[in-house]
Amino acid sequence: MTLVDPSLPDPLPHEPGVAEPADGAPVPPEPAGRLSAVRLLATNPVTVAAAVVLVVVVVLAVLGRWIAPYGENEVDVVNALQPPSGAHWFGTDELGRDVLSRVVLATGVSLQVALVSVTFAFVVGVTVGIVSGFTRGWLDTVLMRLVDVMFAFPVLLLALAIVAVLGPGLLTTMLAIGVVYTPIFARVARASTLSVAVEPYVQASRTMGTPSWFTLGRHVLPNISGPLIVQTSLSLAFAILSEAALSFLGLGVQPPSPSWGRMLSEAQGFLGQAWWMSVFPGLAIFVTALAFNLLGDGMRDVLDPKQRTVIEARRKR
Amino acid sequence: MSPETADGPVIEVTDLRVAIGRREIVHGVSFALHRGQTLGLVGESGSGKSMTVLAATGLLDAPASRVTGSSVLRGAGTTQLVGASPRTLRAVHGNEIGFVFQDPSTSLNPLLTLGRQITEPLEVHRHLTRRAARSRALELLTAVGIPDPETRLDGYPHQLSGGQRQRVMIAVALACDPLMLVADEPTTALDVTTQAQIIELVRDLQERTGTAVVWISHDLGVIGQVADDVVVLREGAAVEQAPILDVVDRPRHPYTRELLAARPVLGHPGPAPADADTPVLLRAEELDVHFPVTTPTGRSTVHAVDHVSFAVRRGCTLGIVGESGSGKSTIANVLTGLVRASSGSVHLEDTDVLAARGSALRALRRRIAMVFQDPFSSLDPRVRVDGAIGEPLRVHRLAARHGGRDARVRELLDLVGLPEAFASRYPHELSGGQRQRVSIARALALDPEVVILDESTASLDVSIQAKVLDLLADLQRELGLTYLFIAHDLAVVQQMSHDVLVMQHGRTVEQRPAAALFEAPEADYTRRLLAAIPPARPRVAG
Amino acid sequence: MPAFLAHPVARFLARRVVYSAIVLLGVMVVTFSIVHLVPGDPVRIALGTRYTEEAYTALRAASGLDRPLPAQFVSYVGSALTGDLGVSFRTGQPVAVSLADRLPATASLAVVGLVIALVIALPLGIWAALHEGRVSDAVIRVGSQLGVSVPDFWLGILLITLFAATLGWLPSSGYTPFLEDPGGWLSHVLLPGLTVGLVAGAIMTRYIRAAVLEVVSMSYVRTARSKGLPPRIVTLRHILRNALVPVLTIAGIQLATILGGVIVVEVVFAWPGLGRLVYDAVAARDYPLIQGAVLLIAAMFLLVNLVVDVLYAAIDPRIRLS
Repeated sequence: MTLVDPSLPDPLPHEPGVAEPADGAPVPPEPAGRLSAVRLLATNPVTVAAAVVLVVVVVLAVLGRWIAPYGENEVDVVNALQPPSGAHWFGTDELGRDVLSRVVLATGVSLQVALVSVTFAFVVGVTVGIVSGFTRGWLDTVLMRLVDVMFAFPVLLLALAIVAVLGPGLLTTMLAIGVVYTPIFARVARASTLSVAVEPYVQASRTMGTPSWFTLGRHVLPNISGPLIVQTSLSLAFAILSEAALSFLGLGVQPPSPSWGRMLSEAQGFLGQAWWMSVFPGLAIFVTALAFNLLGDGMRDVLDPKQRTVIEARRKR
Repeated sequence: MSPETADGPVIEVTDLRVAIGRREIVHGVSFALHRGQTLGLVGESGSGKSMTVLAATGLLDAPASRVTGSSVLRGAGTTQLVGASPRTLRAVHGNEIGFVFQDPSTSLNPLLTLGRQITEPLEVHRHLTRRAARSRALELLTAVGIPDPETRLDGYPHQLSGGQRQRVMIAVALACDPLMLVADEPTTALDVTTQAQIIELVRDLQERTGTAVVWISHDLGVIGQVADDVVVLREGAAVEQAPILDVVDRPRHPYTRELLAARPVLGHPGPAPADADTPVLLRAEELDVHFPVTTPTGRSTVHAVDHVSFAVRRGCTLGIVGESGSGKSTIANVLTGLVRASSGSVHLEDTDVLAARGSALRALRRRIAMVFQDPFSSLDPRVRVDGAIGEPLRVHRLAARHGGRDARVRELLDLVGLPEAFASRYPHELSGGQRQRVSIARALALDPEVVILDESTASLDVSIQAKVLDLLADLQRELGLTYLFIAHDLAVVQQMSHDVLVMQHGRTVEQRPAAALFEAPEADYTRRLLAAIPPARPRVAG
Repeated sequence: MPAFLAHPVARFLARRVVYSAIVLLGVMVVTFSIVHLVPGDPVRIALGTRYTEEAYTALRAASGLDRPLPAQFVSYVGSALTGDLGVSFRTGQPVAVSLADRLPATASLAVVGLVIALVIALPLGIWAALHEGRVSDAVIRVGSQLGVSVPDFWLGILLITLFAATLGWLPSSGYTPFLEDPGGWLSHVLLPGLTVGLVAGAIMTRYIRAAVLEVVSMSYVRTARSKGLPPRIVTLRHILRNALVPVLTIAGIQLATILGGVIVVEVVFAWPGLGRLVYDAVAARDYPLIQGAVLLIAAMFLLVNLVVDVLYAAIDPRIRLS
């Protein structure tokens, strides 16, 4: 709880290299530039830890083939349902397959689905949001009603309906998750655009006869990038979770590709006897999602000071 | 007012220091205040004036803040407020010290009835019954001049105007007959006529109750109206501390002298009147603007500008003056194409401004430029100064070749009195005044004929405002610029304008040459506006 | 303007009803398209090995798929609004009947989940906001991050492993209607309810914290404190009352998260609700059933949010007395 005098000078120490202004009052706090944003992020140990975890995840995704001790479908019935040991750190499943290898090799698919679907959601959603927020008028109304319609469906239900229509598979999974997370990008982009569009610097740009595309590219996009980056990180976490859920239901990633969600669904038959079958794949999902969430949260404090991504997630009109 | 010094001071603050983290913000301020007296705390932004008073009264709650020194309140008992326990402070707040804050639109709880908000301190401190508290609340609402107080008790803040809300805040602050009232920029968010009423109200109530008042303001004019003694603060230190007349007539500190010289005062001579045969450059006729407004309960239309006509002569300044909601900024937005006019016409010489499209419109944008109010948001935080000033050049493909644009940017920086090295700075590395100079340079980049100045100096501290106004006047002489000078501050308008248009509720009230208008205002509203401006001489001077 | 719209609340609600109706119509376009976007012939796919010429024509006519699209949509909207959602491809039973069968199980799970979520999120979110920056706030923030990142079906599996498979305290699956055996209902609903509630509670904690923080920074809270009011009154009367509006909005929107989460959780716990029904229908390509269930769930979401709007109008004098 704070009662801060609005006329207070910035309590942060002045950055070196910034000269004291010659005429006038001390400079009030200001959204930091790109470079200092990275520096600020690096001061938060949780954010740094999340970033490190994500680097490891990406390395596993890319180099998993060479890291995993066994193949994902190397059946070894004699050693089925073995608890964790020196030979099998995460134990084996009912067919004697190495759980560690399967967890490692599933990383790539999960990350691929998350990246492709969030990229789709980002491109479509941000385009819709910026067009909506910058043009206003009837187009805005129509687009936002469409977004409201999509928000009326629970995320997984809509994804399920899309899979039901197009049939399960990798491509469908990506499309379904991409479609489902498009509206949140549209809303965050629109709200940020609306607030930036009334800023005098954008108005000033318009009064000079600057074409809209120039104003958008030069002033609007860079200034709404903070909330969008945050939302991207959070959406990656949700996409990982959604893909796992779809795969768990047997409607996402299809065999023979291993996937965390499907491993969990297979583990369901062995809950009392082989805890390792359900614990490790679940942990993989959990840790990856957590890292994206923590990174997004850490970035929010720095890149999204107006908390656009929180407000939009719970807004409805 | 004769101070009753016999009782000793109500509050005595000695060597008050406030630090946030390791940085000291307030450096040892001392003052004392007696019953029935008003102490004015004046200073520009960042001077620590609010922080000083909040710390002295124990209401400062900034994270990592540390207050040292002494602040003794002599009420029923003697209370040391610095370092006092929350319980002790709660017994003082709202009871022996009442507070009024700056923004009346957000200082009242939107979900509670006005009655409830006034009775709260009465129930907590005086242990009044609901019924007794309510009749006291009614008394207070009547005292602060709220019409139809009986009904208003059960009303909500959103049903009141800004001035009325501030009256209610005063009623809340005075509910328990406090020894002392802290008024933190209580009139800054209000129009000048409302400000005059609030000043009058506080003085009246003070005379009746003998409450001591600490009045915080950036405006020496307001302080002159209310204060007996003044503390001039600068960067957390009291540079001058004296009775108001001494401060005005015999300022000792150079900073005080600078403040006094810089403040806009009515009667400051304006520019020499233009020749009668100066041609008209910009002419608006029967300009009319409607806005659709959407609220949770429906749509409505606001008639922002109601058939307004005016003419600006080449090389001259038309001042447009009015209170909030008068439609003066809407006119600026129509001229720059940010808002569409519903009807009427605007001509720049022979060019129809409202009908221009395509290349004609682009050409027009070069001839009319605008400088916005807020120096902190009129520059894109992510674009360097050279990028900002160079944008219009780039968009209109001017001075593009062989570093021509850089040369032009340097030339413009020089024109507005900034060093060339500023070209590579980001806006957050500049002060408010410097930013506004960059905005002016950007507006001048295309060699415009007309520059619209929409409250362009209103957000600046007075000392900076004076310098920027001087710059604007110089530029007009040098470059033969035509200004549309939009402001709420009549003194500034008088100083800058050849002709003046007074607006109220979107309509023209009066439109005449500046000298004539200020000498003998014709419209009743203009006279009221002029009368509401705090005079240059403090009230106590008579 | 009709006379009943003279009152601001009526005007506000009328706008919200119209808005909800428009969104509902959009929702119906989506659900209607489910059948029509299927590559290939949905009737043929649905019949599968049972395919005969007669069965095909009969099912096609019965589901109205032989008429032109606009006519189909109009009659779809018309019959959906009167409660006729077509017949299941698989069982031939009216979809509305199947849905009505499953609704109580899902509703009881969703309500238990929402209650658990609120019981967790309200105190934690408020506490964290009021102690912003302190250790307890950091702990709550990290805790909620953990909850947000947990896959709900995994949490369900872990709970089953612990409380059913290992400790044997609670049944791992199944459902008993509340009216038949309240005790049995409770023992069955506890684990799935906890799964749904923990995840939703973690999300809501974050939003409630943000909502309360927003109010804490408002100028009127400073006014309240400047009156010397006890902290309890400042918190309850000034902070929480104003935070109620956004919190209600959050609860309404989180219902969607809960209804979505319910699908997987119902599969994990073999809970015979709508989620399980949708899952089975997707596996069986029973499009009318999918259509009906999706429409029902989206309509429920819109209805709850309309109720939130009514509460809104009741709380906020700016709507009541504008």
